[in-house]
Amino acid sequence: MRYGETGFNLEIDLTKGNIERVETDPKDTELHLGGLGTNTKILWERVPPESDPFSPDIPLMFGPGLLCGTPAPGANRTIITAYSPQTLLMGYSMMGGFWAPELKFAGYDKVILRGKSPEMVYIWIHNDKVEIRDASHLKGKGAVETQETIKKELNEPNAQVAAIGLAGENRVYMASIEQGRSSASRLGLGAVMGDKGVKAIAVRGTKDINIAKPAEFYDLCNEVLKYIKYRNENPVPNVMTILQGLGSPQEMLHVDEKWHTENFMWGNARVRRKDFWNKEIEEKWKNTQLSVRKRLISCYNCPMKCGAIISVPGISTYMMKCFSKLTYAMAAFVEDLDFGFRIAQRATEYGVDGFSVPQVMAFAVELKEAGILTDADFAGCPTDNEGRFYWLLDRIVRREGIGDILADGTYWAAKKIGKGAEQFAHNNIKKHEQLPLKLGMLNPVYFLMYATGEKINITQIEGQFPQSPFMTMEEREEFVRDWIQVPDEKFKQYVLDWEPRGERSNPYYPTVDMSVDIVDWQEMIHYFDDALGVCAGLSSFPLKPPYHIHNYPKIISAATGIDMGEEDLKKVYRRNRNLLRAVNVRRGLRRADEVPPEDHWKKRFPELEAKLLDAYYKFKGWDNEGIPTKETLQELDLGYVAEDLEQRGIIKNG
Amino acid sequence: MAKIKKKIKTIKVDLDKCNGCRACEVICSAFHANPKYSSNNPARSRIRMIRDPIRDVYVPVYAGEYTAAECMGRDKYVIDGKEYDECGFCRAACPSRDAFKEPDSGLPLKCDMCEDDPPREKPLCVEWCLNDALIYEEREEEVEEETKPEDVEIGLESMINKYGLQKVMDTVARISQKD
Ligand code: SF4
Ligand code: SF4
Ligand code: SF4
Repeated sequence: MRYGETGFNLEIDLTKGNIERVETDPKDTELHLGGLGTNTKILWERVPPESDPFSPDIPLMFGPGLLCGTPAPGANRTIITAYSPQTLLMGYSMMGGFWAPELKFAGYDKVILRGKSPEMVYIWIHNDKVEIRDASHLKGKGAVETQETIKKELNEPNAQVAAIGLAGENRVYMASIEQGRSSASRLGLGAVMGDKGVKAIAVRGTKDINIAKPAEFYDLCNEVLKYIKYRNENPVPNVMTILQGLGSPQEMLHVDEKWHTENFMWGNARVRRKDFWNKEIEEKWKNTQLSVRKRLISCYNCPMKCGAIISVPGISTYMMKCFSKLTYAMAAFVEDLDFGFRIAQRATEYGVDGFSVPQVMAFAVELKEAGILTDADFAGCPTDNEGRFYWLLDRIVRREGIGDILADGTYWAAKKIGKGAEQFAHNNIKKHEQLPLKLGMLNPVYFLMYATGEKINITQIEGQFPQSPFMTMEEREEFVRDWIQVPDEKFKQYVLDWEPRGERSNPYYPTVDMSVDIVDWQEMIHYFDDALGVCAGLSSFPLKPPYHIHNYPKIISAATGIDMGEEDLKKVYRRNRNLLRAVNVRRGLRRADEVPPEDHWKKRFPELEAKLLDAYYKFKGWDNEGIPTKETLQELDLGYVAEDLEQRGIIKNG
Repeated sequence: MAKIKKKIKTIKVDLDKCNGCRACEVICSAFHANPKYSSNNPARSRIRMIRDPIRDVYVPVYAGEYTAAECMGRDKYVIDGKEYDECGFCRAACPSRDAFKEPDSGLPLKCDMCEDDPPREKPLCVEWCLNDALIYEEREEEVEEETKPEDVEIGLESMINKYGLQKVMDTVARISQKD
């Protein structure tokens, strides 16, 4: 019997219409856990690195994490992977909601889609019964509408449906995969799904998931719940509101947006409006939000409430989470939150990434103002800020006119447009749009995370360690007092010694070595979460979370029966981290790509930055180009990876 | 007539506080696994989220009695302008739907308030609902030991009126033989 997992993957060849239930090797679970870990392994094994992201060989994988479907609170993430059409590297994105556990209850650990369907289809998984069904009637339909239609036509109100909208069908590089209140938004995986001709995957499962050590596991889950309760009642003091609690940023709950509107950039990630927030706006925005928000909602088996049901008069209801209420409004320079909720509804139905798309549109507006894009490109476009954004969104999603170029994101669009447009695609790392954040002094920890993160999205890399030093020693002492999550006591000292000004402040403190340590810890927890399917909001993302290095090994052991201590688990992290790096290295990722946007900080320190990268690579057991060495790979049971890289001449002789 | 004390166990369900997480289903099914917590499967749970997010319908319903036949008609509630599902508040394991039945055998499920030895302080679904959508209340009520004989009499009389004395007596005789 398998515990925690089902032991079977569902392999679907869309070209041939072939469906297979394939038993997996338990050894892979021991080595990589599940979710991102095993997805990466399969991608490494199956696809030649030269493949185009739209090649039929590329498997699009929906991999719930190892703990999904167990009672572990917040274990509900599906890790979706393929090659990103935008970055050309491995693209992975985590989708919350209810889909992952449902798949496990249907009896599968992953859905692996290969090939391409000649006609648009959707997949219906109901326990052992799996069908590829015609979806021609769903063509062009919104992602939310599609989910509702499918549940109705199957007469299965309890089915969970992950669907793409028009953006995915049209292979927009910023297309998302939407499911209920959640989505896998970043890196264009919706485009890969659309390219495969799959409109949606509907799942209903009514089988058991077994637990290896029931009583122990139950106790551990209860401890997690107890800690969540404690943290909800005891917000972390002396940090900004959004950093105080657990969960994803509580954007649906909070109405006070002074911090975001005044610290995040408006337009194409350029303009900071330090005096934006005032009483009048506060009142108006609050009324808007409270009137459209019907209910705060969670993902599967999680007591938090990071999402909301949004019902704006005159348009269909949808669900929202995170910042998308602000991203469009701020990028468009619209000071009315109602616009934010309205355009997000259309964007959700289209199925697009709420971070990248607003920036792409703001980028287009800037190019027009600079005379690089012309009136002809904008023929028919309204002149007001709101109308212009709706118009651009429609063009991008339909790939019409200038929209066809913009649909590839700022990096590729700028290349195509030329005439200096590259200067305007200024907020990318590895070709991918970043948070619209511009700061003063370089923070060495953030420098490293931005530069080296394989997720290419800071919110999925950061967490755990405070973003800035505490002002007073009392505050620092208070913070470290009950900091049980630290993997090592030295981290407490880093916090105690970190000053806002003077010798022990940014950019030289935390020191190079400390910065590497801190980043390694933050990454480690993210890699656990992404293999286990636990929401980052309860683990790697917030300060003082309920999951950490000290309870994870016990939870995994109790759930799966795999004997695992802290050191074993750390090794799994290093293995998964290196394998993912190897996948990307094989696709050409090198040191030269690991650069945060030039304007991310005003004050830069090239020498220090080089030292940081050197130290980070060395710590990881990589060479100076960021390539894992043969020894590193061998030590992590990845000898076959080393061999492959050697054969390709990427690892040079030893 | 002697009075006795009876413990009334109530779970107060506050629909407004429910975030739809289904933790209640998760832990109920785990608790009733054999051995305890050795597996979980919300489709075996004795509480069910009747849930349709787009219409903002979130109703946790407890499994009640098994019924061999569905109702003659169905109910549909509209509360504060919001329309709820047909049978959306009903607790019966009923042929008209698959809620409250074991997914494999089809046997009916019924909430047993987490009967346990030693008894639990609170049912598990309540414990795992950190949003306080489910609140457990216990009170004692004094009830009369036996049903009033007058009640039985009234009932029997109406039966006799309807079916005649002989038929009722035959039926009573047959039932007592079975016992
Ligand atoms: S913390 Fe928020 S985002 Fe994470 S699982 Fe819970 S409700 Fe979902
Ligand atoms: S545990 Fe509570 S909040 Fe969650 S679905 Fe059940 S009743 Fe609703
Ligand atoms: S009281 Fe116990 S048996 Fe009844 S629904 Fe809740 S968890 Fe299940």
